[in-house]
Amino acid sequence: MDPVILSRWQFAITTIFHFFFVPVTLGLSIFLAILETKYVTSGEEIYKRMTKFWGKIFLINFAIGVVTGIVQEFHFGLNWSEYARFMGDIFGAPLAIEGLMAFFLESTFIGVWIFGWDKLSKKAHAGVMWLVAIGSNLSALWILVANSFMQNPVGYAIRNGRAEMTDFWALLGNPNVWHQFPHVITAGIAIGGFLIMAFSAWHLLQNKAETRDFFTRSFRRASTYALIGALLVGLIGHAQGQFLAKSQPLKVAAMEGHWETEQPASFSVIAIIDQENMENTWEIKIPKFLSLMLFNDLTTGFPGLRELQEEEIAKHGPGEYIPPVTISYWSSRTMIGIGLLMILVAALAVWWSQRGVIAERRWFLRILIPAGLLPTVASIAGWLVAETGRWPWIVHGLQKIEDAVSPTITPGSIIFSMTTFLVLYTILGVVGVALMIKYGTSEPALAEEKGE
Amino acid sequence: MDLNTLWFILLTVLFCGFFFLEGFDYGVGILLPFVARTDGERRAVINTIGPVWDGNEVWMITAGGAMFAAFPHMYATLFSGFYVALVFMLIGLIIRGVSFEFRSKREDPRWRKTWDWAIFFGSLLPALLWGVAVSNLMRGVAIEADLNYYGGLLPLLNPYSLFGGLVFLALFTIHGAAFLGIKLKGKVHQRVKSFTRVLWIAAVVLAVAFLVWTYLATDILNNPGWDGLIPAILAAVSLLAYGLFYWMGKEGWTFIAGGLVIILATVMVFSGLFPRLMISTLDPANSLDIYNAASSPYTLRVITIVAAIFVPIVLAYQGWTYWIFRKRLSADSPELHY
Repeated sequence: MDPVILSRWQFAITTIFHFFFVPVTLGLSIFLAILETKYVTSGEEIYKRMTKFWGKIFLINFAIGVVTGIVQEFHFGLNWSEYARFMGDIFGAPLAIEGLMAFFLESTFIGVWIFGWDKLSKKAHAGVMWLVAIGSNLSALWILVANSFMQNPVGYAIRNGRAEMTDFWALLGNPNVWHQFPHVITAGIAIGGFLIMAFSAWHLLQNKAETRDFFTRSFRRASTYALIGALLVGLIGHAQGQFLAKSQPLKVAAMEGHWETEQPASFSVIAIIDQENMENTWEIKIPKFLSLMLFNDLTTGFPGLRELQEEEIAKHGPGEYIPPVTISYWSSRTMIGIGLLMILVAALAVWWSQRGVIAERRWFLRILIPAGLLPTVASIAGWLVAETGRWPWIVHGLQKIEDAVSPTITPGSIIFSMTTFLVLYTILGVVGVALMIKYGTSEPALAEEKGE
Repeated sequence: MDLNTLWFILLTVLFCGFFFLEGFDYGVGILLPFVARTDGERRAVINTIGPVWDGNEVWMITAGGAMFAAFPHMYATLFSGFYVALVFMLIGLIIRGVSFEFRSKREDPRWRKTWDWAIFFGSLLPALLWGVAVSNLMRGVAIEADLNYYGGLLPLLNPYSLFGGLVFLALFTIHGAAFLGIKLKGKVHQRVKSFTRVLWIAAVVLAVAFLVWTYLATDILNNPGWDGLIPAILAAVSLLAYGLFYWMGKEGWTFIAGGLVIILATVMVFSGLFPRLMISTLDPANSLDIYNAASSPYTLRVITIVAAIFVPIVLAYQGWTYWIFRKRLSADSPELHY
């Protein structure tokens, strides 16, 4: 087996597993900080109970996010040492800053938050949760600064056989960062909101008088939160698509299964993709709609994969430059389809809970339980779009994936590590989800007694 | 002093912080099944590090990040060369990290016992493997002209490095014991104290033997760059002071002495290496040093500014958390959460 393929699988497995849990913590940390602030300003005990109750779900996700994050950091050296040598001058700095500015903040104060309920004033304790939320979301910023360079390199020069940083502010100001970062943050908000709606819906369906108030309030806040997240993640995603059409047209063309250059460009709704013959064997198209989506008009053309492939060959020499189109195409449809559905579901949830009739819409509550996972599926699909669309480059236009792998590692050792990680992730995933279900479906008062 | 030297010192500081803080965390995890018998006792032991272990672990993550940023070739050579050993370390870190959180989530005694052992092995494995890794750095590995080490796992498991692993294990364990000494009260506290004597004797024997072996097998103690001998002597003195303070019943001083052992031993390793980062046993020209492994001057400047701002801030707020949770714990303390 090829170490490159094995290393890609291992990285993909770790990243997807990591990203199953991390966005929950991004969104929930802010939600908890808002809840606890409400407790401080209103003085109502129920908000403290809500903070503690949903805090448990947050902490389970946080723990898994932390340990898989360590694996992520090690990976750049373990499997991708040539990447680390080529990119260390640029990639290392945001990673070190992430540690100093974000990880220390969230990890130190999460301990204070868990253990500090009786040791700090109410205000200080709520402030600590805000620090955790800021730390978590700042860590997303810095890792996306690093990732954005791989998508859209800026502020660098090729010197001494590697990419060297020449302008830190250009790195931080990379337009890719300022599309991707808000996209990820708002996705986290939607994910957190939907998760709390799902558990609240489960409780409301139990129809218990003593918990109704608790979960009606949780639901109302979570639905607003989810709607804000769903609307923004969609709008920002749309802007991001328009940006990518200029910065990484190959990625966008692959997302859209767009083989032939068209002016105006039509949008493929559904297609069967034949990558080998560079065409779609069957598809349904909407004329001019891709031009509208990417350029806000009905006339601008968009180059197809065939033409872009020729351009890349002219720029970088012979080779295959078209990413795996089937994965890109279906991932993007999954992401966008679920994204639109999320807006609809969250809007209904807000509408009915604001009118105080949500407990009567039992069919809708039943739908909301599985729907709790929808934004997570969309966010993983989004990452597949972003990262497979980079293929064959590990750093767009500068280093290919096959040149980035560690020359020292054997297929046997990667199979060993991948198997071990898979076993561990499976155990962690099963235990983590089981604990989330256990705590999410437990009575709030009971959960309170055991304390955290 | 140039920025390369400054970052060598900063890397040393980060590893000192990591080994000092995670050292007692690992030690507490290793001692857990032996010093605490009932669930209440175990909770007391875990809760001594409960509020701080996560922040402590960031010292390792930041040390790794700083190595990547300042000396990317070291990061690349070390992590890809020590692949299998580091995977084992990750296994330990993964199960340990979730154990604290998962353990308290169910009452079932079998569930809790399972995670107690996960904490034990998850602390033992990284403690041992960091010792093995650092000893290999001191001894040197077969780095080739392309800066890569192709030897795999087996050459890393040489007698010297395995012995170094045991020394790390012993030092972290007595450091953890001293930490429990200042953080516990009641029955568990007494039990920790009775363990400490035996552990200290073992640590002294191992450490002295290791110093002699280091003198014979490496050039760390007579490095022409910076002197590793002085910190080595000071570390040995601190280790003896640890025993003296323990015998006098001065728990705070025992902990400080144990911490100094770890910090001085780390300083010994890095000064003994300077200006090298990774020694090649094949050809000195293949060794990685603070110049041929470093990032560009521009990047070093950027991260220097960031470190100058944030390291003091981090030290201040982490120090504050230790102040908040300064109270001693016992099996019947009301403030146990994990």
